[in-house]
Amino acid sequence: MLDTVVLGAVLASVVAAATPLLLAALGELVAERAGTLNLGVEGMMIIGAAVGYATAYGTGSLLLGTLAGILAGVLLSLVFAGLAIWLATNQVASGLATTILGLGLAGLIGAPYVGTRLDGAPELNIPGLSHIPVIGPVVFGQDAFVYASLLLLAAVTYGFARTRLGLILRAVGENHAAAHALGHPVRKIRTLAVMFGGACAGLAGAHLSLAYTPFWASDMTAGRGWIALALVVFSAWKPLWLLAGAYLFGAVSILQLHVQGFGLGIPSQLLSSLPYLATIAALVIISALKKGQGAPGSLGVPFVPDR
Amino acid sequence: MPLRLERQENVPAYGLVLAPLMALVFTLIVGAIMFVLIGQDPVRAFGIYFVEPLTDLWTIQELIVKACPLLLIGIGLSFCYRANRWNIGAEGQYVAGAVVGSWLALMTHGMDAGPWVLPAMLLLGSIGGALWGLIPAFLRVRFGASEILTSLMLVYVAQLGLDYLVRGPWRDPAGFNFPQSVTFDDNALMPLLMEEGRLHGGIIIALVVVAVATFVLGRTLVGFSIALGGSAPRAAAFAGFDERNVTYGVFAVSGALAGLAGIIEVAGPIGQLQPSISPGYGFTAIIAAMLGRLHPVGVLIASLVLALTYIGGEAAQVSMRMPFDVTRVFQGTLLIAILASDVLVRYRVRRVEGHAHA
Repeated sequence: MLDTVVLGAVLASVVAAATPLLLAALGELVAERAGTLNLGVEGMMIIGAAVGYATAYGTGSLLLGTLAGILAGVLLSLVFAGLAIWLATNQVASGLATTILGLGLAGLIGAPYVGTRLDGAPELNIPGLSHIPVIGPVVFGQDAFVYASLLLLAAVTYGFARTRLGLILRAVGENHAAAHALGHPVRKIRTLAVMFGGACAGLAGAHLSLAYTPFWASDMTAGRGWIALALVVFSAWKPLWLLAGAYLFGAVSILQLHVQGFGLGIPSQLLSSLPYLATIAALVIISALKKGQGAPGSLGVPFVPDR
Repeated sequence: MPLRLERQENVPAYGLVLAPLMALVFTLIVGAIMFVLIGQDPVRAFGIYFVEPLTDLWTIQELIVKACPLLLIGIGLSFCYRANRWNIGAEGQYVAGAVVGSWLALMTHGMDAGPWVLPAMLLLGSIGGALWGLIPAFLRVRFGASEILTSLMLVYVAQLGLDYLVRGPWRDPAGFNFPQSVTFDDNALMPLLMEEGRLHGGIIIALVVVAVATFVLGRTLVGFSIALGGSAPRAAAFAGFDERNVTYGVFAVSGALAGLAGIIEVAGPIGQLQPSISPGYGFTAIIAAMLGRLHPVGVLIASLVLALTYIGGEAAQVSMRMPFDVTRVFQGTLLIAILASDVLVRYRVRRVEGHAHA
């Protein structure tokens, strides 16, 4: 009996740890399928965390905090879009600039809240169902962010496969010159995709500061935005593979916490570096196997009409 | 109304100087707005942030001390970026160099080993940084893994490795349990250039690197093949330049210079290993490289400008209780402004009459 309780709790914590990765990676996937490589994810995530926390702390409303976090992510994504899409600057440099700015702004916004705490987002236990051994807490005992991430995943999967907008978005990412010739507004579509990515990254940040660890710390994203970028490569730009990748990485990060708890004499720093090493390993394996297959054709190439 | 960018054929030379200046002015305006928003008098804030640090010898020395690692790393990154290789893990290579170089300082601690220790440390630091930089290069060449992400992941790994060493095997046994190594012996420390202050010999090394890099990038076949590989990879392949060798070469150079910066910083202003040995030099150096237009002399000027944001940030932290993140906001804004102003110099923004789709 005890074992199933522990197992259920561990698996539930894996899902919780995977959720910000899934959210941020999902947004980046959409941006990349539209042809924009956005290295600003880490910055959009941390500003979502800071603004979300500050708003929730000030208003006492987690919902308002979450919305503010999303909005902050979108606003910062517009900085990136302005540079990389409308001024056609180098996407790598623009994304880095966005992340540096986001880290700084988040630090400024969050400074007054260091050391405070919030009551985190409640788990939405569904009566009866959440008491099923193992599966109950994993599937029916999560907070709203987890359910939102799965709904978004379903929406993106459906949107890519079955909607006109999804088709146009993929066309813009695959061959922007052809999409432009067909009369599709390449830069507007890309801007929308990047804004969606910003919203998802902001939501992911809000999950960190409002639910996962309900306090503010200036380094709380700890490279999750970058791992999310790697997950997109890992998924070969396919939404469902993203789910597998995010949960795998959630498992790695939870595993290292539990192994540290057992005190096995392994240096804690080695365990803490596992998610980063796993990211490198995953990138290498996927790159070796696929040799770039699945990457949108125009990814990373700025589009300037009539050039 | 739709706007269109038209490439200007002959960008005047003054435009190339004007763009970074425009970026600086824009950054200052944004900075003023930021100071007002966080409830500070912008005039007083600017005075403390940008003017006071330039008014006495001690802070000018500090400025040069802070510019030194930015300059070394930034020049190395210029090699990478000219070749269109995105090394953004210089922070990790800096840490790796500091760790490998410090190993010798700790091994020879208390032995009065002689004047060869410091040069050997600098050499080891460069090798350590180069090896750490060659990992993403190898993964890129051999497996096609994105060097952007792998070099960045290795930053976290290097920092955790340093953390392990200074809390574990390399901790000073007489250090009251503080996570830090012993203070280096005199023969493992950078010589000071002036009696007062912290100005050290590293800046001379950095200036030599500026001269050598200017020559290599501007006057040699190596420099030409790097630039050609970056701007016209197919032409470079036809000309017989091996893309893989360029990748290894530029990562080795930038890793070595970042590692050199790391060991100079540890053997210089810091004097021992600590859990944190950099206020983000590896990332700020990316801005230095861009602001300096990937030219060693430009990077020198840019490093001094960016060092001012560190010194000013520290001053504002002490005297105005402003969070240090103000510095990051300045640095991020500056990079954004550089990228944007570059476009505005090279292209002309035109209104497009009529319906042309944007």
